[in-house]
This record gives sequence, C-alpha cells and structure tokens, in this order.
Amino acid sequence: MQLTLGPIPFFWPKQQVLDFYEGLLEQPVERIYLGESVCSKRREMRIQDWLDMASFLQDNGKQVVLSTLTLIEAESELKQLKRLCEQGQFLVEANDMGAVQLLSQQGVPFVTGSAINIYNGRSLRRLQQAGMQRWNLPVELSQTSLRETIAQAQDLSTEPLPQVEIFAYGYLPLAYAARCFTARHRNLPKDDCSFCCMEYPQGIPLASQNGEQLFVMNGIQTLSAKCYNLLNQIDVMREIGVNAVRISPTAPDMSEVIQRYNKSINAPQANAPKTGGMISLVADDANCNGYWFGQPGMNHQTNQMPAP
Amino acid sequence: MELVCPAGNVPALKAAIDAGADAVYIGFKDDTNARSFAGLNFSDTKANKAIQLAHQKGTKLFVAINTFPQAGRWQTWQYAADQAADLGVDAIIAADIAVLDYISDKHPNINLHLSVQGSATNREALAFYQQQFGIKRAVLPRVLSMAQLRHLSKTSPVELEVFGYGSLCIMAEGRCYLSSYLTDQSPNTGGVCSPAKDVEWVTTSEGQDTYLNGVLIDRFKDHEKAGYPTLCKGRFQAGEHTYHALEEPTSLNTLNLLPELLQMGISAIKIEGRQRSPAYIAQVASIWRQAIDQAQQGNHQQPEEWNASLAALSEGHQTTLGAYHRPWQ
Repeated sequence: MQLTLGPIPFFWPKQQVLDFYEGLLEQPVERIYLGESVCSKRREMRIQDWLDMASFLQDNGKQVVLSTLTLIEAESELKQLKRLCEQGQFLVEANDMGAVQLLSQQGVPFVTGSAINIYNGRSLRRLQQAGMQRWNLPVELSQTSLRETIAQAQDLSTEPLPQVEIFAYGYLPLAYAARCFTARHRNLPKDDCSFCCMEYPQGIPLASQNGEQLFVMNGIQTLSAKCYNLLNQIDVMREIGVNAVRISPTAPDMSEVIQRYNKSINAPQANAPKTGGMISLVADDANCNGYWFGQPGMNHQTNQMPAP
Repeated sequence: MELVCPAGNVPALKAAIDAGADAVYIGFKDDTNARSFAGLNFSDTKANKAIQLAHQKGTKLFVAINTFPQAGRWQTWQYAADQAADLGVDAIIAADIAVLDYISDKHPNINLHLSVQGSATNREALAFYQQQFGIKRAVLPRVLSMAQLRHLSKTSPVELEVFGYGSLCIMAEGRCYLSSYLTDQSPNTGGVCSPAKDVEWVTTSEGQDTYLNGVLIDRFKDHEKAGYPTLCKGRFQAGEHTYHALEEPTSLNTLNLLPELLQMGISAIKIEGRQRSPAYIAQVASIWRQAIDQAQQGNHQQPEEWNASLAALSEGHQTTLGAYHRPWQ
C-alpha cells in the first residue's frame, strides 16, 4: 500500500512551496501530486515551476503526478489545462471531465481525483476504457460503497481493476464555486482580489453562531473544518484492496502525519489500536471520519465497525 | 429557444403546460432524481398520465434521472431508465456516467441531456459526454459569467440549456458535498440538499433558530422572516463578522439577460423548482413565456411588473444575476 501526498490546497508563497517539497525528500511518502487545483489566479508557481519541481522530485526518487484545476470555466484555464495534459513527461491527475477528455483523446493513462464522480463499478469501468489507471474515491462515499463498486466492476469484467486511492487525511474538499469567498470576506471583487488568499495559509474558518467549527473558506473552495482522519482504518483499507492512501497537506510541516501513516501502513501491528479510539494527530474533536462509515461527514465514529 | 419548466406533480405539470412551457421536466418517485422530496414526483401511473397530458398539448416531457447510483442500488436507476424509455419521453436528463452509458447503449434513440449535476463547465467536458454518450444538450452549472457563457456558446459541441429563474445553487453542481458533510444526504447520493428530515425550527426568546442535523444554520430576530436552513445560505461567523459568508437567501433571475441569451443561441431556459406549487409554476412560466415570445420578435422592452412579480415569488424576495454577473463572483 502506497502513501501519497495530495496537492497543497492553499495559496502559499513560492519559497514556502519550494521549501515544503524539498523537506519531503527525506519523508516516506512515495508519490507526490503537484499543482494548483483550486484557483487559476494563484500564479506564484507557474506551470514551468511545477514542471521543474516535478523533475527535481522525480530525480530524487519520488513518483510525481501533476494535478489539474478542478473548476474550469475560462478559455485561459483551458489553455493551461491543455499544456498540463500535453506535457508528455508526467502522469496527470484529472480533476475535471475536461481533463479526462483531453487525456483520453491523446490515449495517455491518467488518474482521476476525488471530484470526478465515480459512484459505481460501471462508471469505473467506463473511465478505465478511457485510460484511467487509478481513481480516487469521491470523499462523500463510504467503505461499503467502495466495496460494492469494486464488486460491481469485477462482475462487469475480468480485467484487472484500476488502482484505488483514498483521501485519508486532511480537510475535505467539499465544494467549488464561481464566487471567491475569501475575496468576498475582504470585500474585494474577485477580479481584483489582491491575491488575499495568501494571507490565510490555512484558509478562513467558518463557525456557526454558537461557535461550532463547520467549514473553511479557501478562495472558491469550501473545505471541512474538521480534519478527516482514517489512520486507524489502514487495515480495513488493505483488506478491501485499496492501493494508496492520500494525505492532503494541512500545514507547512506534514512530517509527523506522514510518519504516523507510514508506520501504520508498514508496521500495522505496532500501531494498531487495541480499543476503538482514533489515533489523534489533532485534538480529538477536530477529527472526523463519518463519510467512511456511511454517516454525515462531520461525524467522528470511535467504534470501528461500519454502520449497518 | 425552449422554455423548460418543472413539475413535481400532475397539477403542476398542467399548470406548466397551460402557461406555455415548451417542455416540462419531472422525476420518478424515488431518489433517482435530485428533488427526492416526500410527497413529490411521479409514480409509474402518474408518469403515464404526465406523458399523455404533455403530448396531447404538444408539450415535450423530460425525465430527470440525475443522481449518482451507488453500486449496491444500481437496479433502481436501471429500472428508472427503462421506465422513461418505455414511456417514450422526449429526453432523459442524466448525470452519472453509468446511467448515461446504460441509456446510450440500451436506448440509443432516446435524447440524452447532460444534467446540471454532470457539472460540465467547459467545452472539453461537454465534448467528453457528447463523444462518449451522444448527449444532445447540456444544462450548465450556475457558475459561468456571461462572457464565459458567450464563449462557450460559440464552441460547444452540443445545445446549451441555462438556468433562468429559481433557487440558486452557488457551488458547481454535482461536485458539492456540503449537505452530506452535515447530514447523511447530498444531491449526488440522496437527491436532496439540506434534507427536510434533518431540519429543526426552534423558537427562542429573541426569535427563531434554524438547525440542520443539530448544526445552527441561522438565527432570526422576531421581525425577520425565518428562511429554510439551506446550509450555504446561513449566517456564519468568520473572524469578527457574522454574515451570509457563502450566499444570501436569494433566487436567480436572469430575465434581463434574455435578449443576450437569445442572441448567443442558447437553446433552452430552465426554470428551477419541482418542489414548488402549481400556482407558483403558472406565474413564473407565464411571465417567461411572454418574455421569450416578445424577445424572439425583437422586442426587448420588459414591463417592470415582470421582474417585480418574479422578485415577489423568490426566496427572501430577493433576486440576483448570480455568477452571470461578474461582480457577484
């Protein structure tokens, strides 16, 4: 089972991004997804910068995948997307069906991100025919749904299944809008946003009026306020046949999270909790795992049995 | 340009037909469609009646099968697709790749429209669905500006249908999981956003609080009208401020954009609201019927009362141009 690191969802200064990835060379994460997946106006890192970083990481023994933007509307965004899809050197993670189209037309294999809606085995096989070699389960789906999808896909064909990757740690990407909530928060027009996302390296927390943390505004994206964490579900994932476990960057230093996950993947006995409790990397009430158990995503189930 | 109106039951369907809808869209009585509300939608018998009523008056009937079947329940969606095909509907509106694949394979003569839940916002995404499944039309998510829409209308490989009026989804549809984060249902999985089963209205000393699965969505003072707790339209705290951080309780109204939409060659205007009453649908449809007829004859003078009536019918009595209007974004 492979440990992967998703693209940075936030807008960090270029130097911080460079330092972040340099710091990962020593970390036991095998595959790294690179690129801007949220907002096309975030151009601290240009495409060439990402390609240079990709080569650097690959030269240092990492598998590299380039992640596309998720919501693609403008012609300029399509042009950037084309450039990514046609660079020919690195595998691409499609986060929009437009990317799926460009990649499948070229006949190159690709990965799909969690915003590509694969809810059943028939969709899985159809996208496999289009060239998908690995897929990410949509974040709102449960382990039961994953099992059923795999079973249905196996019923449809004897061909080996595409690899499956699970978003296991981080703030859940829940929605994408045309509107920029960060600019709106600052009373700035989107077209003249002053790149204010950079002032919120972990987004802007959104709480209910009685103080419950609900969401995080990150430009046009809405993230969960709680940190999804499936650290104690590694064995279940392995049994289902999950090929890779994804950590989504939440902070400039992810080393502790990476090491805990790596330990859990490679030395399951050492790390397996004896009771139902979740291994906590953040305060317990800031964790969630509901989706995996077929519950509201914000729930935190401590009993490890899936919901009936 | 077609006027496509919603109907959640037979009286609403009749209202839409009588008000001059070119097409009416309905859903079956289960979670195969994105308005899976109690007491709403069409059983097999009612769907039979719907197709007769519509076709008698020369109105088209579309069926929305636009949620995402999870593998364990695929049979329900397959049944819905077969049922729609048997009825001889004029189009099926679908989003899920498996549903599109099944219909294009088993019922190749049925017109397929890509649902807004299919979340296609650019020509390459549209080309994918056109080439793979032969879709004839796509309903666009409510995230494009007028400039982006104009560009897309020139390059799209399929007919385009856009939302004209009704409740405003501000997130790219089909890729929004906010509802299932707070409850156990989203439009994709349960065919519903902010489900009524999870809503609570609590009277307080100052007014009324609204909750969704125990999460406080908004607080209303006595003089404020408490609105339904659609979660993206609540008032939340961000930093020092408590405000409608995502969106106000407001409806989309693009009546003023109609001449431009017509000029771009947009094929259809969609009215949202299968959950609305027959009276509501009659009023909205008749205004849009007049507006489209008039605009098609080159008359772009819209009487002020049209917008006033639409505003009065809308959520929070407010309307917006939404993402079509760049400053809104």
